[in-house]
Amino acid sequence: MKRKENAQITEQTELAPGIWSLKLRTDMASEAVPGQFIGIYPKDGSRLLMRPISICDADPETGVLRVVYRAGGAGTKEISSYKSGEDIDILGVLGNGYDTEAVKGRKVILLGGGIGIPPMLYGCRVLKKHGIECEAVLGYADSNMFLKDDFEAVCGTHIATMDGSFGTKGTVIDALNEQGVKGDVIFACGPMPMLRAIKSYAADKGLEAYISLEERMACGVGACLGCVTKTVNTDHHTHVKNSRICVEGPVFKAEDVEI
Amino acid sequence: MNTKVNIAGIELKNPVMTASGTFGSGMEYAEFADLNRLGAVVTKGVANVPWEGNPTPRVTEVYGGMLNAIGLQNPGVDVFMERDLPFLRKYDTRVIVNVCGHTVEEYTETVEKLNSTDVDLYEINLSCPNVKQGALAFGQDPKVLEETTRAIKSAAKKPVIIKLSPNVTSIADMARAAEAGGADCISLINTLIGMKIDINKRKFVLANKTGGFSGPAVKPVAVRMVYDAAHAVKIPVIGMGGISNAEDALEFILAGATAVSVGTANFHDPGTTIKVIEGIEAYMARYGVEDINELVGAVSA
Repeated sequence: MKRKENAQITEQTELAPGIWSLKLRTDMASEAVPGQFIGIYPKDGSRLLMRPISICDADPETGVLRVVYRAGGAGTKEISSYKSGEDIDILGVLGNGYDTEAVKGRKVILLGGGIGIPPMLYGCRVLKKHGIECEAVLGYADSNMFLKDDFEAVCGTHIATMDGSFGTKGTVIDALNEQGVKGDVIFACGPMPMLRAIKSYAADKGLEAYISLEERMACGVGACLGCVTKTVNTDHHTHVKNSRICVEGPVFKAEDVEI
Repeated sequence: MNTKVNIAGIELKNPVMTASGTFGSGMEYAEFADLNRLGAVVTKGVANVPWEGNPTPRVTEVYGGMLNAIGLQNPGVDVFMERDLPFLRKYDTRVIVNVCGHTVEEYTETVEKLNSTDVDLYEINLSCPNVKQGALAFGQDPKVLEETTRAIKSAAKKPVIIKLSPNVTSIADMARAAEAGGADCISLINTLIGMKIDINKRKFVLANKTGGFSGPAVKPVAVRMVYDAAHAVKIPVIGMGGISNAEDALEFILAGATAVSVGTANFHDPGTTIKVIEGIEAYMARYGVEDINELVGAVSA
């Protein structure tokens, strides 16, 4: 059940310049599936809206949920200032997530670009737990890489950097081609140009692709219709050709959305 | 202690309702707040046919509030009647349907369809700042507002609340125009028109360029407008604009609002409505107020 709760911070560390890892003690750790997100509320009263942040990892046994986020704006910078032992309000668990059951018997390629990398880690972990073969391809701007070791501990990991300072020079698709990564299904999260490229790549190769979309959000629970994506067909809930990213998404089958 | 209030002959168990557009059709927030405790649920705007709304980005945060330019996306009145209304009717609360349209005919078509249902009241959105044709155009000229109100009122078999825009020179004139057109009640404020610019990209943040400004930062403007409107008309007033807690709600009631709506605060805390209800009761107990209606318009210099 979705709820707003106060969660204790168990760890807050900066992984790379401006990229923070936040661990929270919450029962949501036992409810979350890969691709879902939580809303984190700044405490500054001038900032009302939760910051939607995808779940990087969750451990039902320890009850610890991890998010990795970029402290880009004032709200996320404020969130990054809170230390272990402090608490923070969260809304969750939000969104649909990747269907890790539906891909049984097939090989999944997880593609993460920039701040779209974190949710792929939990994806890898859950796929492996279900005995589903998978490999990750991570795209960074430069050699300020984060979570690389975490991925390497779980699954085969390939790297692309835009400046060529590590791995394949270019995008995750360049790395897919250069490093000869093969699979049946794509799970992807990253910036819109990357998702567009993946949508057409998947269509060309006849691969099934599931992409996680991002949009400015207000309520996070489907009430305000602030975060929608254009869809190919009429959505079952909205009855128009768009879907709520916070409820029907953030993960969509690539061919179902107009991006 | 009596917390019941009366809007056009419809009794509400308490004066706290939701603001249209911030609470979906109730379904989305039923997990967070017990709808049975609310005075009323005001639905997101419903039109005669489904509306796609505006391109994204549709929302952005600003200091002390947010801007939105959803563009009244909605599934249309038929889906509302089949799916959303039966859901809301499972709860012991009043149902107020917010009705939007581009033309008088669109409003009346929706209202006529809803006449056959057990909806309690209509709230007519004559003030959406984000729809190019209609809506706000009806809400900024007193003559047009009066005539539109009259046309909708003659089609409506339920009491009609006219929702007013704050984007006018004289809110009192608009309140009087709604009353003259036969409105049973007025509600205000809808959002103020705002704009946000991304200085790094040198672009508008919202795809619609402008958006409706709401949240705690607008409250003083809203309280003043509710006060002005309430003193201009005899019909009841529903006050809203930046209400986040019981203290805020009480300001509106003292300014002359018979009932209040919680809007943007639902996004910050989905349990806000319940906290407002409990806070009003605590205030009444603290000051020995027997009947909430004693507080309506009770502000003095």
